[in-house]
Amino acid sequence: MKSPMWLLMKAHEVAEALRVLETDLPRDVEEGLQGCLRREGGNSREVMKAIVENVRYARERSIPMCQDTGTLVFFVRCAERQSEVVDVIRKGVELATKEVPLRANTVNPFTRKNEGRNLGRNNPIVHFEGEACEKGKISMDILARGAGSENVSGAFMLQPDLGAAGIKNIVLEAVRMAGARPCPPIIVGVGVGGTLEWSAYLAKRALLRPLNERAEDPLAAELEEGLLSEVNRLGIGPMGFGGRTTALGARVEWAHCHTASLPVAVSVQCWALRRVSAEWEGSEFRILR
Amino acid sequence: MGVGKVHRLGTSLKEGDVRRLRVGDVVYLSGELYTMRDIAHLRAIEILRGKKRLPFDLRGKVIYHCGPIVRGTEVVSAGPTTSMRMERTEADLVHLSGLRAIVGKGGMGRGTLEALRKFGAVYLEYPGGVGALAARSSKGVKKSYWRDLGDPEAVWVIAVEDFGPCFVTMDSHGETLRKSA
Ligand code: SF4
Repeated sequence: MKSPMWLLMKAHEVAEALRVLETDLPRDVEEGLQGCLRREGGNSREVMKAIVENVRYARERSIPMCQDTGTLVFFVRCAERQSEVVDVIRKGVELATKEVPLRANTVNPFTRKNEGRNLGRNNPIVHFEGEACEKGKISMDILARGAGSENVSGAFMLQPDLGAAGIKNIVLEAVRMAGARPCPPIIVGVGVGGTLEWSAYLAKRALLRPLNERAEDPLAAELEEGLLSEVNRLGIGPMGFGGRTTALGARVEWAHCHTASLPVAVSVQCWALRRVSAEWEGSEFRILR
Repeated sequence: MGVGKVHRLGTSLKEGDVRRLRVGDVVYLSGELYTMRDIAHLRAIEILRGKKRLPFDLRGKVIYHCGPIVRGTEVVSAGPTTSMRMERTEADLVHLSGLRAIVGKGGMGRGTLEALRKFGAVYLEYPGGVGALAARSSKGVKKSYWRDLGDPEAVWVIAVEDFGPCFVTMDSHGETLRKSA
């Protein structure tokens, strides 16, 4: 067991990563937004101007770019001490809520009571990843998921014979139904295969791969390109004001699945794709950008 | 959507002020916004239906679908939330409270559109997620109500200057930007 001092020190480092997460949009996403601004006209362009300026101003002032600082989702790799890592994360979230500050979003689902600390039962969300990790090293990717995006996401169990066309259709349908609600231009995270919950996990994890990085798997890469051009043909445009850019990218992650199943999950992500990576190597902490 | 006509308005509005606004117009607001989300709508309607008064008078005022981040009286980040969640209750609130403008994002439905037409009010959209710029044009919290609902759901009266661009996407003449609303 580590001392309370150790825990507090690590928690401050997590809080610092959360400050970067909420105030400093990753450059690949910012470049996507700037490209969208160049392509659009009329009020859609006015909206994009505001978004791009907002990103700049939030970074300069170190304030949350969006007031919905989201539900915090952690993807952690560590060789040992999982329960201590959870303690550090929880304390870090509590500190960040006061210091960044974050909006207190976490409530009891039944009573809707808000304790004001962004802590609750199984919240923040912490996934421990299966991948091997060197001893003494802990690394994590963090996403902030706003309700506007999360509320229009979903998982579906398709008939396996629907194949790639079926996957595309369900993704397009989800994006069309979401319309302006998830603050387009969006990024579409898609999880294919696994099981119900695994597809949803993959869809979210897909959002971690930068927009300028191609999928390694050729079939996934092809699906991503196809999805992006078809989503952009929907014409929803920035904030649903119409235009050529509804999405900045589509990201696909997949797993093998049961011969009689085809799980597909769609994680719709607003323009504010807030992700950050951080790691400890021994006692040294680094925020990776 | 082309770039619309630009209007600079206060936040004590008369019917004529909002009847002039058309879909596609752009509005900058200076004055006070009342943040109201899901539960504040429900509570306000319950009070007004009971023929009682709200602790804040909404006649001629502007409500904002927003759960801001607030520190003391400073507004840290304050973009709009998805308006569609308030669709079930908005028409009643427009009718019972006498508000003249709603600011949100993502558009609203037929019930609201009809109430805007009937009672003379307008629905505006501030760019979604643009919380930091919204805070830049805010001059602080004037008052707060219903803090028992938790910070995001409470009613915050926020002073603003040149708050915009707010796009008119549903006007008081039955017109809407998104025809399929
Ligand atoms: S959908 Fe994203 S950008 Fe829009 S309000 Fe929610 S968190 Fe902010």
